[in-house]
Amino acid sequence: MSETPAQNRDTGADSTDWPLWEVFVRSRRGLSHTHAGSLHAPDAELALRNARDVYTRRGEGVSLWVVPSAAITASSPDEKDPFFEPAADKPYRHPTFYEIPEGVKHL
Amino acid sequence: MATSAPRHPAAPRTTDDGTGGDSSDAEARSAAFQAAFDAAVAADERIEPRDWMPDAYRATLVRQIAQHAHSEIIGMQPEANWITRAPSLRRKAILMAKVQDEAGHGLYLYSAAETLGVGRDELLDKLHSGRQKYSSIFNYPTLTWADVGAIGWLVDGAAITNQVPLCRCSYGPYARAMVRVCKEESFHQRQGYELLLALSRGTEAQHAMAQDAVDRWWWPSLMMFGPPDTESAHSAQSMAWKIKRHSNDELRQRFVDICVPQAESLGLTLPDPELRWNEERGHHDFGAIDWTEFQEVLKGRGPCNEQRITQRRRAHDEGAWVREAAAAHAAKHSSPAATREGRAA
Repeated sequence: MSETPAQNRDTGADSTDWPLWEVFVRSRRGLSHTHAGSLHAPDAELALRNARDVYTRRGEGVSLWVVPSAAITASSPDEKDPFFEPAADKPYRHPTFYEIPEGVKHL
Repeated sequence: MATSAPRHPAAPRTTDDGTGGDSSDAEARSAAFQAAFDAAVAADERIEPRDWMPDAYRATLVRQIAQHAHSEIIGMQPEANWITRAPSLRRKAILMAKVQDEAGHGLYLYSAAETLGVGRDELLDKLHSGRQKYSSIFNYPTLTWADVGAIGWLVDGAAITNQVPLCRCSYGPYARAMVRVCKEESFHQRQGYELLLALSRGTEAQHAMAQDAVDRWWWPSLMMFGPPDTESAHSAQSMAWKIKRHSNDELRQRFVDICVPQAESLGLTLPDPELRWNEERGHHDFGAIDWTEFQEVLKGRGPCNEQRITQRRRAHDEGAWVREAAAAHAAKHSSPAATREGRAA
């Protein structure tokens, strides 16, 4: 359930020392894998099996990815504003920025 | 973790926020974080794990999500009690799927709790040592097969009434876990209802068994919504934080109103002589709940408290070899070559 990159978490806090994995599910062919949640598993093989049992009990997926949470680098919420600001002041990147005379079609 | 590195890089520390600034800087920083948090909650935005949040908000969520997770896995016990004695293969397969779902719900919720910086083992330790609670409903015994039906209809029904608003909870990971759980709970409730219906329409003895189960589970189910609003310790703050969207009494009333016609369709009665429609209120009036019983069960003096925790600890201890074997297998096969195998496709 996390969407939480590993640097945020004590992933090794468990005495079992099982790493945390993020689970991505492709719900059907033609769609991309989407983050479904996370789980602990000792290795990739068991992470896949556990992911199948935890996240696809009702045919929710045709393909699974498991990624060690520690391998994910995330942007920081602290830098949210400056990091994404360059997109905010460029309305000309949107088609609605442009005025087109009425009656012009297929544009 | 060898070091006690802050779990939340975005969060200011009360003692040392790592900025090296003086205390007035830290205070200003803290006030700005609080303002951003308040604005997000007010705007119905979701708080995500790496956002700054008040310590009390975090603590409340850990307590609530952990208790919820514990309830899911302790809740496996009363129903698992009947798997070997299910009356048909169909019912047995359904019950196994349901109990497996409860385990899955526990996992979604433990994952959500972990995003707040607590470890899985820490949570299990607290359950096993009684420092964190689970729903008191699971301290009642399942005496007959009809109890499986009553649990599905009433206990899962009450849980759904509680959980649907939690899908809009202000904490993102908890809300997302609830969406998943709610989708699956609906099967739980319907199988219970169908089971009771079959019994109710069966022989006289079967009908009586169904009625007896409903008689025993009705009041504890109403207690699942927690103490009355006037005595609920955490309600007001949780509502302000938008963790909770409706009060205990409001949800309890909603549940009673839903159940009355459903009981009629079952051909069963609800064990409350004071239960009647109140035209003026547009709701059903119902009798007083025995809160002394609720407090007793909460304090560990319910019929099955001891048994549930003992069984939970035993299951954990007896599963230790599986966890050790899996870890040993992983260590043995974690050669660099094995990890280089491309898996994404």
